[in-house]
Amino acid sequence: MARLLVRRLGLMLLIMLVVGFILFIVNEGDPRKVARGVLGPYAQEQQLDIWIQENGYDRPIPVRFLDWVGGVATGDLGESVQYKRPVNEFFWERLGNTGILAGLTFLIMVPLALLLGVLAGMKEGSLQDRTISVASIITTSIPEFASAVILTTVFVIQLKWLPGTSSMAAGWDWMQMILPVTVLVLYGFGYIARMTRASMAEVMTTHYIRTAVLKGLPYKRVILKHALRNALIAPFTVIMLQLNWLLSGVVVTEYAFAYKGFGTLLLEAALRRDIFVIEACGLAAVFVAVLSQTLGDIGYTFLNPRIRFS
Amino acid sequence: MSQANATDGTVSASDRPKGLFERTIGSIVLLKESPVGLVGAVLVTIFFIVAIFAPLLAPHHYETFIMPMAAPLSTGPNGEFLLLGADLRGRDIFSRLIYGTQRVVFYASLATFCAYIVGILMGLAAGYFRGWVDEVLSFLANVILSFPVMVLFVLIITSIGASGATIVFAVVFASAPGIMRIVRGLTLDIATRDYIAAAQTRGESPWYIMLVELLPNARGPLIVDACLRMGYTTITIGALGFLGLGLPPPFPDWGGMINETRTLAMGGFWWMPFFPALAVSLLVLGFNLLADGLREVSLRD
Repeated sequence: MARLLVRRLGLMLLIMLVVGFILFIVNEGDPRKVARGVLGPYAQEQQLDIWIQENGYDRPIPVRFLDWVGGVATGDLGESVQYKRPVNEFFWERLGNTGILAGLTFLIMVPLALLLGVLAGMKEGSLQDRTISVASIITTSIPEFASAVILTTVFVIQLKWLPGTSSMAAGWDWMQMILPVTVLVLYGFGYIARMTRASMAEVMTTHYIRTAVLKGLPYKRVILKHALRNALIAPFTVIMLQLNWLLSGVVVTEYAFAYKGFGTLLLEAALRRDIFVIEACGLAAVFVAVLSQTLGDIGYTFLNPRIRFS
Repeated sequence: MSQANATDGTVSASDRPKGLFERTIGSIVLLKESPVGLVGAVLVTIFFIVAIFAPLLAPHHYETFIMPMAAPLSTGPNGEFLLLGADLRGRDIFSRLIYGTQRVVFYASLATFCAYIVGILMGLAAGYFRGWVDEVLSFLANVILSFPVMVLFVLIITSIGASGATIVFAVVFASAPGIMRIVRGLTLDIATRDYIAAAQTRGESPWYIMLVELLPNARGPLIVDACLRMGYTTITIGALGFLGLGLPPPFPDWGGMINETRTLAMGGFWWMPFFPALAVSLLVLGFNLLADGLREVSLRD
């Protein structure tokens, strides 16, 4: 167990380093491009040279990379070119907003998906199963940008029940969270539900479930006490991996509803070549993704006694 | 080939090996057992036909000015029927959707095809040679897969500029590692079979064994995965257009059509982004249902 933990954390660090190196090379590999980006298109060649010398960009790439890693590790993310402010000042607030959006989505999506998956997998091939399976295929087929448009047409334009943007311009407003969360839940829940269904259906065919039913236990008790615990191991990994997908969906959904989170920040920064913000966003995204994969792997091992004790 | 089939027990009653045409017909007949898959097949076929015959099917050219802001089912000044209305620049939305189908189907197919070539070659090499080849390729795949897909796309496309080639490149870069993992798993399994050992004893070259003996026997799960991946790629191309990173205008692009008109939609012109959103959902639904049907049929065998 301890060896696995060390191995996984080591791999995680290695991936973060490689990703960091790629981000660094793409964004800061060419010192003249960095200087041009910071000083703007009207700066003269001499000004670029002076800036490069003053900021130590004339040093070789490995030295600069080590310096950069040290900066990131101690929390120095550089200064945003477009806002003329340290990235630290606004980056964490944006990340926090995305955290709220993703957290709410998870809070609704996971119980819903598990419940539907278990209900479908309990009686494989039944009408209940067919309905849930087809419904989850349909919702997973509507991409976030399409469901944003369709839901906006119905609930904002036609019924006028909900606000159409979520920029929180006049302070925090829970009403503005409804549409973005719904869009993310609709697209995401189907996959987890289908995985849970498959896992549940497999457990229902095992001998110990048949034994439990044949010895006369109430059906409800068989499901809750015997089947559920084993059926929920496999979906656990899927749920952790879903975080990676959720981050992708967040970029599109935040853009659709003008929500001030990590996704819109990344888009803005990428379009304006705001390199230090791009690097911060890229690192944060990969950190969350890699961390969730590691936790998923470790959790899976911990939950499954067959792996834990072997 | 027929020898490979014999070990799987799938050789037909007549010993004659089946042609591609017969096998295609065979799988369509099989699909009849899965109503869900059949619906998917019909949807996908319709979109492909529309894509191929777009210039013949579209009532108007995608740039023709007819009547700005026309609502669905209205008639233009010269008696043009506007089934789904017109956009801000007076262009028929139905015709633009049809030309947009051509674009999305072409790029989704091309990108998925290229991703498969790269992914299959990497997966075969990793699964067959194992050792350091596998270590290196698997680590590369891990690094790429650790990026959330959309973040990766935004970073790639904003740094090299949006064009058809860029989108194909980005899709290949992001999906090939996933395909590689599947092929690698299948290869590890198939490589232990007797017919592979026989080929090795015959002295065949590694790439001959991988491409001629291994790959055809891994095709089942790959076909299902390809259908799902076509759906993902369609979503990706749409999402990029929506974020303003898609293929440049004037040729219509579904995601771009939504992005250009969604602020107008708030003023009551809902049909402008609504129908492209519906079209992309139907096409993805088609791929997903088809994949589900194929999986169901293949499990039944």
